[in-house]
Parts: sequence; C-alpha cells; structure tokens
Amino acid sequence: MTYTSERPPLPETSEQLRARIPGWGADLDPKDRPSVPKLQWQEDRTGAHWEFPERQPEKWPRERSIEHEFLTPVFGTSCPPAGFSGMLRKLSYRKYSEGRAAHWLLLLAADRVDAWESHIRSLLTLRPDNPITQTGVLSEFSRHGVSSRFGKKRADVKHQMLDPVIVAGPWVLVGGLVFAAIRRMLRRGGQ
Amino acid sequence: MVYRGPYKVRVEEKDVPAIEHPNDAVVRVTRAAICGSDLHLYHGMMPDTRVGMTFGHEFVGVVEEVGSSVRNLARGDRVMVPFNIFCGTCWYCARGLYSNCHNVNPNATAVGGIYGYSHTCGGYDGGQAEYVRVPFADVGPAVIPGWMDDEDAVLLTDALATGYFGAQLGDIVEGDVVVVFGAGPVGLYAAKSAWLMGAGRVIVIDHLEYRLAKARTFAHAETYNFSEYDDIVVHLKKITGYLGADVAIDAAGAEADGNFVQHVTSAKLKLQGGSPVALNWAIDSVRKGGTISVMGAYGPMFSAVKFGDALNKGLTLRMNQCPVKRQWPRLFEHIRNGYLKPSDIVTHRIPLEHIAEGYHMFSAKLDGCIKPLIVAGS
Repeated sequence: MTYTSERPPLPETSEQLRARIPGWGADLDPKDRPSVPKLQWQEDRTGAHWEFPERQPEKWPRERSIEHEFLTPVFGTSCPPAGFSGMLRKLSYRKYSEGRAAHWLLLLAADRVDAWESHIRSLLTLRPDNPITQTGVLSEFSRHGVSSRFGKKRADVKHQMLDPVIVAGPWVLVGGLVFAAIRRMLRRGGQ
Repeated sequence: MVYRGPYKVRVEEKDVPAIEHPNDAVVRVTRAAICGSDLHLYHGMMPDTRVGMTFGHEFVGVVEEVGSSVRNLARGDRVMVPFNIFCGTCWYCARGLYSNCHNVNPNATAVGGIYGYSHTCGGYDGGQAEYVRVPFADVGPAVIPGWMDDEDAVLLTDALATGYFGAQLGDIVEGDVVVVFGAGPVGLYAAKSAWLMGAGRVIVIDHLEYRLAKARTFAHAETYNFSEYDDIVVHLKKITGYLGADVAIDAAGAEADGNFVQHVTSAKLKLQGGSPVALNWAIDSVRKGGTISVMGAYGPMFSAVKFGDALNKGLTLRMNQCPVKRQWPRLFEHIRNGYLKPSDIVTHRIPLEHIAEGYHMFSAKLDGCIKPLIVAGS
C-alpha cells in the first residue's frame, strides 16, 4: 500500500524463489558482483607489461578528436578518409569538439555522402552494388517474412510501411530529378 | 562482411589483417554474432560509420599470428575476445573501467575502442570476418577454458556480460522489484542475472511475443506485451501497488519501438542519438528514489530524455558500456554451477557468406530470431 509506510507484498518469498530459480541469490552480497566498487584498482593490469604502450606507426595523418592531447598509441586503420566525405570528416575532427552538435551532424552527413560516393564508384567496377543481395531482402521469402509480422501483436508493424519509403525514397527522388533534368535538356536541344 | 551504406552489406575479399603494433594478434574467427547494437550501424545511426568497414564485436577464434611483444598468447590458442579494446594501464583501465580506455580511440574521448563499431569507436575492423586484428593481445583476450564450448564463449564477449553488468548497475537488494525493458539477448540475460542478485520479482516488457515467451522460460520472468496496453507505465504502476519498480533496466537502447514520433525522429531521420522510448518508460515507471540502469546502446547525439522527471523523482541513473573482462571470472563460475547457459538463446546459425540475409532477418525480427550466430569459414 503506497500511501502507508509498508511496501506492497511480493508474490513469492525469498525461500520460494531460491527453491524455484537456479542460482537465486548467488550474488546477493554486493561484494560478489565483479564491478563493485566501480573504481577498483586492478593490480594485475590484466597482463599489461607497460606503463604507457608503445606507439603504433601513423601511416597517414590520422584524424582525431581535438579533446585528445595527441594521437592515441593504438588506433584502428579500417577506412582512411577519402573523397568529399573524407573532407567533411576531416573538417569535423579538425574544427569541432565532441560537445558540439556540428561535429556529429557533419559526420552523419559525411556518412550519407560516403554511401552515395561508394555506390557511384561501384557502378564503375565489375561488382556494382546490388540492392537485392546486399539488403538481404530475399530473406523475406525464406524466413517467414509475412507470418513473422502479422497476427503477432507487433507494435512496429504500423510503421513498417514507412521503412521502404525512407530506404527507397532518396533513390526514387534522385531518379526523378535525373529524369526531369534529362527531359529538360532534350526539350531545349529540340527547340 | 563489408558495410555498403544504410541497410546494405556484402561479403568481399579483403586483405588478411596485419600486425600493426607489437602487441597485436591476428585471430582466425570461428564464431561471431550479430548484436542488437550492430543494427544502429546497419541503419546508419552511428556517426562515422564508413563504407568498407567490417562490423562485429562479438567473436571467438584461434590465434593465427602474434606481434613481437605478445607474451600471454601463442599461435593456436582458442580465444574469446571482449568487445572492448583496452590497454590495461591508462587511468581508466587501472581502475577497472576497461570500456572507457583512453589509449585506443583517437576519434573520441567519450567512448572507448570497440571492434567493428564505426570510427567513432576507433575505426577498428570487426570479427564478422575470417580474420581480425586484435590489439593489446596480452590484455583483452582470454584462452577459452577447455570445458566451455565456442557458442557459450562468444556470448560472453558481450551479450551475457552486458546483461549481467546491467543488473549490477541496478544495485539490486533482496526483494527488489526489477523491470527490464527489452527482451532481446541483453534484456534476457539482465532478467536472469537479477535473480542471482536477489530480486524479489522480475518483470520483462517487450512487444514481440516470441521474445516474451523466452523471457518466461529462460529468465523465469513475468512478462507484459506493451502493445496490448494503452499505457504501459500506468499498467506497471498498477501491478506494483502504485509504487513502481525499485529498479528499471533499459535493455532496448537506440532502436526502441513503441512511440511513432520518437522512432521516426531517431531511428529513421537520425535526429536523435537514439529513440529514448524505453529510457523514458524506465524513468516513468520506477519508484521515486529508485535506480535506472542503462546498457542499451545510444549514439552520441542528444536524445529527448525526460531528465526533469528523473530529477524530481530523485532517481539514480547508472550506465556504461560493460567492462567485459571484469565480469568473466564470476560468470565462468555461474556457468559451471549451471546457473547460466548462455547459448540457450541462440536461434540461428548463419554462414558468413549469407550475412546480408542474416542482418535483414535480425533487423526485421523475422523467423523468431533472438540471437543469430555467424559461422565463419564454413
């Protein structure tokens, strides 16, 4: 009863829970929980044998947050910035701290530009992007696409109609713009 | 596996990763997993996710090559690799905050290094591949105990450790009412772990019936499908004597469903760091003075979180990426004692070459998918 000092009763006692659920209460004492206390000095350093790690060679001017004093001794080398998206990324890292929305919005914009650049570049290769195989949409047929969604009380079904619009929308829009531009050029040429 | 832009991935031949630092190892992957937080990358929500990147932060494998300063591992060792990349000696690592290591991620200070998790997390390629570069091989990986199979081990590299950590962040005391938002793998493990810490009642909220069924059988939880209620917060108040839960765990994160506007502005239009529906429900449904634990992943952009309510209710908000390796010794004990069987939630095993279908199936929640594993080299 919330409006008095007693807490509402639980459906089962601790003894009943201990009997029903394997391991109930094994970590009842917070001392048995590995991340308690939060800041606990780690004597073994999990096997590290350095005070400060040896530095990984920097093979290109590696972008970094301006909130770091220097390039961290170890870093990933997955995809160096390239093209116009790379310019946007470098600008974002050079100019804005992580506290600024501009930093993240520029990076998100660069991601979209990167996807388009890569797609266009792929058309010039022997393996262009394939929206059928790369979106995995064929699993709609092999993995119960219809029966997984309907009659299951899924809350997301109501907005799933929106997903294809958002995914395919930009393609349709750009296609339409290209078509309109070509038609206008042809009409001008015919005059 | 290579990212090609939002909702697009494909399998490509890439160079086998090289040793780039004396303490690196190269690991041949045997099992990897797709994690719910990979969907944030797949959907284009995580800033600085570059085309050409390989995802995957949950993997196990066999050491193929080690750098000149590696002492603790040798070629041929069967290893599990925590999703955090960490140095072991910076201010944070020295205090056990491995997920907040300051020496591995030049791209940001607000998050540590994570395999295959965008350049915001350091630009490392991940383990949904045949081979992966593992930095600080003396620190992160551990040899898989002989009695543990690869499928249990791969779930210890993130999902189980994170769920268990989420329950810890709730500071559960005996008899606490714990509500978990999200019955994905992490939510299932969090619910299961809450009992280990002495919870008196564990409630799981989701909208997918097959996941709630798993929460009932695997995690012994009381479950509610929020799509059946006009207002799940009011329902939770009603069933807790109008007090609210003592602890609320957000195991949904950025992809949370249930509110059309929030979903569109975050998951679709990327205007927020994630849909805070689950987090706001947690804030609303916990009792005053209660604790919120967050280990569902959110991006770095701002999200419309009901901070005023959290303040006025006197809540404690606790959150972090899980320092995985810190959890392992205790979790090994629980597995040996039979309290936890991580691989019980695996529903699908997918060859690496079919990973595009795997991503779509997991993202669209087809075929009763709870946890898909990727089988490399098949």
